[in-house]
Amino acid sequence: MSGHSTYIPKSGFEKWLDARLPIIRLGYDAMVDYPTPRNLNYWWTFGGILTVLLLTQIVTGVVLAMHYTAHVDHAFASVERIMRDVNYGWMIRYIHSNGASMFFIATYIHMFRGLYYGSYKAPREVIWLLGCILFFLLIATAFLGYVLPWGQMSFHGAAVITNVIGAVPVVGGSILTWLQGGFAIDNPTLSRFFALHYLMPFMIAGVVGLHIWALHVPGNNNPVGVLIPQDLQRRDTVPFHPYYTVKDGFAIIVFLIMFSVFVFFNPNALGHADNYIPANPLVTPAHIVPEWYLLPFYAMLRAVPDKFGGVIVMFASIAVIFALPWLDTSKVRSNRYRPVAKQFFWLFVVTTLVLGYCGGQLPDAPVIPGVETFTLFDGQLNSYLWLTRLFTLMYFAYFLVVLPLLGLKETPLPVPPTISAPVLSHAGGDGGDGGAYGGSTHGGVVKPGAGYAGRPAVAEPERRG
Amino acid sequence: MTDTPAGAGYAGDITGQQAIDAAKEPAEGETRRDFIHIAAGAAAVGGGVMLAWPFIAQMNPAADTLAQGTIDVDLTKVAPGQQLSLKFRGKPLFVRNRTPAEIARARADDDASLKDPQPDSARVVAGQEQWLIMIGTCTHLGCVPTHGGGDYGGWFCPCHGSHYDISGRIRKGPAPKNLEVPPVAFLSPTSARVGQA
Repeated sequence: MSGHSTYIPKSGFEKWLDARLPIIRLGYDAMVDYPTPRNLNYWWTFGGILTVLLLTQIVTGVVLAMHYTAHVDHAFASVERIMRDVNYGWMIRYIHSNGASMFFIATYIHMFRGLYYGSYKAPREVIWLLGCILFFLLIATAFLGYVLPWGQMSFHGAAVITNVIGAVPVVGGSILTWLQGGFAIDNPTLSRFFALHYLMPFMIAGVVGLHIWALHVPGNNNPVGVLIPQDLQRRDTVPFHPYYTVKDGFAIIVFLIMFSVFVFFNPNALGHADNYIPANPLVTPAHIVPEWYLLPFYAMLRAVPDKFGGVIVMFASIAVIFALPWLDTSKVRSNRYRPVAKQFFWLFVVTTLVLGYCGGQLPDAPVIPGVETFTLFDGQLNSYLWLTRLFTLMYFAYFLVVLPLLGLKETPLPVPPTISAPVLSHAGGDGGDGGAYGGSTHGGVVKPGAGYAGRPAVAEPERRG
Repeated sequence: MTDTPAGAGYAGDITGQQAIDAAKEPAEGETRRDFIHIAAGAAAVGGGVMLAWPFIAQMNPAADTLAQGTIDVDLTKVAPGQQLSLKFRGKPLFVRNRTPAEIARARADDDASLKDPQPDSARVVAGQEQWLIMIGTCTHLGCVPTHGGGDYGGWFCPCHGSHYDISGRIRKGPAPKNLEVPPVAFLSPTSARVGQA
């Protein structure tokens, strides 16, 4: 990918192929000898987990497409046939439907990890931008897929979200008709949604390739957040294989166990019962909600009294994530050395969770039942409407106020010059600068003197090459 | 070609140097080559747009979708105070037989502060004021409002809390417009044609 290639073809065939299509070299440099910071913790395993999930979704999805019928008269029945008659169809469908939820769990953790450790900062902005594009494609793919079973939530969810586009002034109506292929959600809409749902995972796979390519230019960020100087590459990095293939592999297995618990013991826990009722254009379910992973954005859409304004706010909530590398003014990457930013980070995590909860509640319902309040503008103060508005404001304030100003105001803790400095300063014995680094007592750091994978943490100087 | 001396060409390629010289002809103002570049570029862009057009246009409603015409509603089925829901152009159609009290309430609200001002008389056919015929999709995000809910005795959309009055006018909530009234013509006192005035 980048940097000096260390691949040496051994067999005659490898030499022959390497001179013609250096594909083994590509794989070797990217997945075997790729220098990886030696202090990555388990929050760094979600990229590997997501790769496995993407493959899972593609494989199960291709199989489901062999049994699914994209027609309004047959879609619901064909899904029920998959569940009842197709050999192992129930399992494959439950893997696919729960896989979408797992995909979002892993994506959100992956994004929060990037946010906490400043993985979006120079020179890694393009990795972040590609990740944002992936997030957007993931939302689109999940939404399209949810329409296909043609249940009540599928139908009316599709109606609500396509009408969002209809809110665009002047051309909105024409775009809506163009998108639906008619004047309402109907058969033309279903068949095109199926075609696009099949297409988009391959677009995601393509952008994942760019995401990893961009990652391998500067190399991984790490919990300390400092770049590894070229002359310390040998001391501060380990080859990807076997160190991180094994670590990622372990995390993948643990994640798949959690995934399996959902698939085999509670496969409908994350879904909505109304989607087992066939779509009826004449009746909207009493309480229409999107899948859990879109609830924070849905909450923000509802919080704005103006229809187009709500659409703007919802799209802005995603657009602002794209701008993050240029909104955070701090030169320190890792929140481990930013005591104030760390508190705001956790407040932001809570904000997104509260918004998600609000998105699942009726807007007019009281937050604290039985407490009488006054009407503020268009709703009771004690309502999810106003709670959502408060947290929508906090969501945007984090990006637009806190991160730009905090980088200028906050005094960060001393940042170690290298990722091994906090470890070596403890193990060195003289204790000269022991404890000078705020994060050196962090649980995630390799224990002093414990060594790493058989390499002693001390006695490093002679290893420098 | 990088390690071949300029002009050496391949064996027998005696015109190689001449071709290079021709290409290096000093550019004074516009040359024929500029013209070829612009013409070729314009043809490529124009061709690309023409090629893209059918692939974009195919997503618009097909002829059979557009041909969904009108429906005739048998009004004898709907008693005063009742409402019929039909499917019309893929969407629900509400046909409500309003009681005199409901009509009076709708007219009384003509002067209320309305988000999308419209008198009740503009929403029904003169002489047939009891028949309120509307497209039953919320003008917010397209859910189907239910009758009998909300603060104004009309319709209430459960999705995002839009309240409509008994004339189908938006009174409260995020919806921007009144419920849409399609063209209606009364063929007889007991039959209405919807979709064509």
